[in-house]
Amino acid sequence: MSVKIDVRNLSFSYNRQNVLASVNLKVETNSILGIMGPAKSGKTTLLRIFNRLCDLIPNIRIEGEVFLDGENILHPDLNVDKLRRRVGMVFAKPVPLPRSIFENLAYGPKLHGIKDKKRLEELVERSLRLAILWDEVKDRLHESALKLSGGQQQRLCIARTLAMEPEVILLDEPTYGLDPISTLKIEEALRRLKESYTIVLVSNNTWQVARISDNVAFLLMGELVEYGSAHEIFTVPKDKRTNDYISGRFG
Amino acid sequence: MATRINPVLLQRIVKAQLWSLTGFIIGILLFIICFISIKGLPQLTPEFLTSNPVDMGRSGGIFSTILCTLYLIFVSLMIAVPLGVGAAIYLTEYTRESRVTYIIRFGTECLAGIPSIILGLFGFAFFVMALRFGWSILSGGMTMSIMLLPTIIRTSEESIKAVPYELREVSFSLGVTRWQTVTRVVLPSALPGIVTGIVLGVARCIEETAVVIFTVGSSLRLPGSFFDSGRTMAVHFYILAREGISMPNAYGTAAILILSILFINLVAYYLMRRFLKKYAIVL
Amino acid sequence: MREKLIEKILMLLAFSAIGALLLMAIFIFKEGLPIIIKVGIKDFLFSTHWAPTKDYFGIFSMIVSSLFVTTGALIIGVPLALACAITLAEFAPPRLMSILKPTIELLAGIPSVVYGFLGVVLLVPLIRDYLGGPGLSLLAASIILAIMILPTITSISIDAIQAVPYSYKEGSLALGATHWQTIRMVILKAARSGIITAVMLGMARAIGETMAVIMVAGNALKLPISPLDPVRTLTSNIALEMGYAAGDHRAALFATGIVLFVFIMIFNVSANIITKRWRRE
Repeated sequence: MSVKIDVRNLSFSYNRQNVLASVNLKVETNSILGIMGPAKSGKTTLLRIFNRLCDLIPNIRIEGEVFLDGENILHPDLNVDKLRRRVGMVFAKPVPLPRSIFENLAYGPKLHGIKDKKRLEELVERSLRLAILWDEVKDRLHESALKLSGGQQQRLCIARTLAMEPEVILLDEPTYGLDPISTLKIEEALRRLKESYTIVLVSNNTWQVARISDNVAFLLMGELVEYGSAHEIFTVPKDKRTNDYISGRFG
Repeated sequence: MATRINPVLLQRIVKAQLWSLTGFIIGILLFIICFISIKGLPQLTPEFLTSNPVDMGRSGGIFSTILCTLYLIFVSLMIAVPLGVGAAIYLTEYTRESRVTYIIRFGTECLAGIPSIILGLFGFAFFVMALRFGWSILSGGMTMSIMLLPTIIRTSEESIKAVPYELREVSFSLGVTRWQTVTRVVLPSALPGIVTGIVLGVARCIEETAVVIFTVGSSLRLPGSFFDSGRTMAVHFYILAREGISMPNAYGTAAILILSILFINLVAYYLMRRFLKKYAIVL
Repeated sequence: MREKLIEKILMLLAFSAIGALLLMAIFIFKEGLPIIIKVGIKDFLFSTHWAPTKDYFGIFSMIVSSLFVTTGALIIGVPLALACAITLAEFAPPRLMSILKPTIELLAGIPSVVYGFLGVVLLVPLIRDYLGGPGLSLLAASIILAIMILPTITSISIDAIQAVPYSYKEGSLALGATHWQTIRMVILKAARSGIITAVMLGMARAIGETMAVIMVAGNALKLPISPLDPVRTLTSNIALEMGYAAGDHRAALFATGIVLFVFIMIFNVSANIITKRWRRE
């Protein structure tokens, strides 16, 4: 299997506090990597390094390299805007823009030069179908996105990321606080999406990670404790801490 | 305490006194408005508003003053709004708190405290004399814009800061540049607050007299261009009242001054309410 | 790239306020400093003899007048404003408040010239008939200024009082204190910094006010002895004589501006320091 993202000796600190220490892992193309671990392990920070959103934090120090298709994305001269078009992100709390559903999805593509109305409409429909939201909103595309339910808004955010036609999708606790049905719909959407995209998912919910990941990384206090296929990690974990975490001895 | 007044009785006495004081104060303030309205509103006929002053203002209307006021507002805003909103954007979106931002903020606050007469003095020395613009709407506008700057910067900054941080994150994560994020996401959401600051600036332009007399002058001619001198409504009122030229016209001018400022403040108030309501719902 | 250019432009815009301030300071000092040097700062500030046509430039009587007028305005205005603020914030039912507070804020927008005019038409005759003197007086100026700064001080004080956490009030009442005792001992103390800010803003407005004062203060060049004396403040002096001043006379008016400018800067800086210290507490 080919490697989409290759993380080598990644260390990260801000305000002199170490958040990640020498992380090494590979994300396979067209797979779902689940990153799990208790709170404050550095999971979200790792995710934000993948699309350089970490740049927004003041006083940071990064060491190591992160290769996306062989290109080091930590290089200071890298065009981060272009990177973020290739690597999209869905946040834990659904944040629709205060606009219509259609405008939410068209926001990114329009600003990157897609003006053709027909192309935009196709893009919007395709993204909404992939996010399993199309049937619910197809008749009200021009209504405000703020009127949607929490689960629908989160799927909207997924669709919004898909509208940029990225290669990688990062999801930070995407089903946190959502009802079980929305959670199932989103997990189903992710399963379908991995055929065409590479997905990295951060979740506090070990069950979810077990359900949908191909590979799993267990982060504990900034250290990558164990990394392997989902099957291995959940049946024969190599590290005692992994075992303890999975069995719920701490969390 | 040896002898105490019953605290409940004391409270009743205090409450009664406070209420009567408050009533007295509010009464005075309302009286002011009513007095001007009664004496001045009857003057506000369409002819008064659309004809020019005749005979130094003894008769005729106040049209040229209305026009001059509008021109002044226009020039002042044209300068103050880009400067003020731009400064606010820079302070909130492009820098972190540092020595530089502290200096900028300190300077802005000091500017806010400068009395209008000193601004008038400066406007006269610099724009009218040194730059040779003469008494003109241009001189007045440029001086007034300095006066409006702190308010616009302050209100713009507050309303930009009120836009939730997550909206910016979402925009960046889609690969949208900072400036595009500011113009397409932040500013539209911050607009009601920004407009409130602008509206308050307009009210300032209308009521300001000291600065205007020294920079725009007091010519009663209909201003043809921004280089012309002119007389704003506030200055006209001042001259009418001080020289005792025409009491009815003075009251009329006062009435329209108060009316326009009250109206503008109402607009600003309504905008702020809408702005606050919007963010109570969203996040 | 384009983004860098935009950032540079915005930074320039941000410095405009400072730039304007510096420009103002430079110009006013440039015009006014020579005359201060010529006359001597001690004579300029402390002589009561102001006769520009005869080359006498002493502004002491005007400094004193400005101080008295402002102090008078504060003495009259602050207690009234606080009484209003307390009544509205603590005793008034919410519905009444939602009408009255905006009304007070709207009243802050009445132009100063209108206040001055009403002062001349209504207040000055009252003073003249019942208290004596020409009517145009220190007292009239203080009263008018007090009314002018009332809305500002009141509305900001109301905000400060309303910002006091409800738990403070609850705690005090639960201990058996009456409402008024709670206000006096708990709420006012907690709202202190906000109220002081309100008073300072009112004071700044009073010091800088020109037009209304010109219309009611009488503008005589004497050192005021009684509140019924006509006075001329620093700001009035500049406004009245600027129109026809030339040469040294004009420079002296700029010099007066320097005095005001310096005083305001000192006031601002100390207000800044004080509010920071309050906030730290």
